Amino acid sequence: MDAQTVTKIAFLSRLKIDDDKVESTLQEFNGILRWVDQLKEVNTEGVEPLVSVNQNSITMRKDEVTEGNQSQAVLANAPMKEYGYFAVPKVVE
Amino acid sequence: MTAMILKGKDADWEIVCGLEIHCQIISKSKIYSGASTHYGSEVNENVSFVDAGMPGMLPTLNEQCVYQAVKTGLALNCHINQYSAFARKNYFYADLPQGYQITQDKFPLVGEGKVEIELEDGSKKEIGIERIHIEQDAAKSIHDISPTKTFIDLNRCGVGLMELVTKPDFRSPEEAGAFLKKLRSIVRYLGTCDGNMDEGSMRCDASVSIRKVGETTLRPRAEMKNVNSVKFAMQAIEYEARRQLELYDNGEVMEQQTRKFDAVKGITEFLRKKEFADDYRYFPEPDLLPLVLSDEYIANIKKEMPELPDEKKHRFVEKLGLTPYDAEVICEDKETAAFFEEAAQGHDAKKTANWLMGDFFAMLNEKKLSLSESPISAKNLGSLVELVSKNVINGKTAKDVFVIMAETGKAPEVIVEEKGLKQVTDTSAIEKIVDEVLASSADNVAAYKAGKVNLMGWFVGQVMKASQGKANPAVVNQLLKQKLG
Repeated sequence: MDAQTVTKIAFLSRLKIDDDKVESTLQEFNGILRWVDQLKEVNTEGVEPLVSVNQNSITMRKDEVTEGNQSQAVLANAPMKEYGYFAVPKVVE
Repeated sequence: MTAMILKGKDADWEIVCGLEIHCQIISKSKIYSGASTHYGSEVNENVSFVDAGMPGMLPTLNEQCVYQAVKTGLALNCHINQYSAFARKNYFYADLPQGYQITQDKFPLVGEGKVEIELEDGSKKEIGIERIHIEQDAAKSIHDISPTKTFIDLNRCGVGLMELVTKPDFRSPEEAGAFLKKLRSIVRYLGTCDGNMDEGSMRCDASVSIRKVGETTLRPRAEMKNVNSVKFAMQAIEYEARRQLELYDNGEVMEQQTRKFDAVKGITEFLRKKEFADDYRYFPEPDLLPLVLSDEYIANIKKEMPELPDEKKHRFVEKLGLTPYDAEVICEDKETAAFFEEAAQGHDAKKTANWLMGDFFAMLNEKKLSLSESPISAKNLGSLVELVSKNVINGKTAKDVFVIMAETGKAPEVIVEEKGLKQVTDTSAIEKIVDEVLASSADNVAAYKAGKVNLMGWFVGQVMKASQGKANPAVVNQLLKQKLG
């Protein structure tokens, strides 16, 4: 991994990483990657990929309307709101 | 063959097109929360804290969304994956408060399948389905209220979607159009999506590339977003294919890209270069466990499958004697097929179909009415067919009765009774009119006897007129032939 990748991932995650922190973040990333590389040394042949450590299947919910009609609460933390909508800077199509 | 071949400067080119279709799942509540999916509610009223992306809120999976997707998959002859899993697709956009969409990636609920489409020239073609996965819809952005801001309504955020991806099997706009119509018809029969493309409950993206005929590899493609009607999808595919041909003919480079279709101008416009797929940083969704379905679960849904358009069509042709074309038109839409079946119940199905597809559809068109608003009920249309079959009225009178039915909504028997339109089949009564006509047109009788046999039509016309259209034409013909020798 290089400094450019760090900057890109930070952008995609909308995280601000100051220029003088890029190098140390890079070292941290590389440390994580080295650790994952080490895990790869384990022989996993014939082992199914594991999506969750919880081996139960999901429990589904009945199709019922149980929530809603709380637009004031939903909008309470919005930095900008107008006419009941969240308002954001213009998103150009 | 229905492939569209484009003539380039020094080669023939073919279209390679695949579709991605998002279908809004019909369910009462959202896929990961208990908020309502109702369309047209007050702004931001159908929103749970899960949909709003509030920290700490956990999604729960709606069983109906799974049920609907499995049902759709089965109807499209797809493999149902008994093990499927959810994934997080990360991106920041104003219409997605969580900052990620919960979707499925490596383990979709529905796997490969195939659908047969029928084309205008009567040929058939199989279109491969790559997969169908379930995911959440994003919020609705409103751009035209304020010049400087975009407004966000979260009511749609979290409504369940089925995303269907086809194989790149389309070789012409017509094939893509036929597939969209077929899919729409199937989901409507199933009740899994309302299929309304103009309201956005079914949305289509089309990927188009072209290649020289004979090439087996794929060239870079353009993905066109939101081509939201069958007609627009067809226009966009053709326009884009021709645009790419011009590039190649001019020796230019075609880059993989995302474009949008401008329905007003009928052209596609550059939107952005294709982003790297890994920018979405998919990873297994930690808040939802994998979904495991039992054999029994799938078998039960199979048992609940309604008769699908193809099966219905087949039955109408085989059992009711309809032509394949009539059956196709009538079965495209579930309501029309039901109306027809009710009308044809106990009557001549072929004749009922003729009335339905002719005068009846023309009447709805002219009055700009939908089937459910029809002034003529299915039962009354059937009765009209029966009155003709039983020789109570003749075909000509039936047309007049039909017009009155459309105006008044009355039953045909009532109209026939009120207006005294019953056909005269009494031979002696008709004979009297025939004699009168012959007596008053001695010239034509002489001419007929001298060999002008095509005057027969004129005589029939005169008798029908004199009977005010009520004489049975078969009896009239027979009597005239007898008397004119």
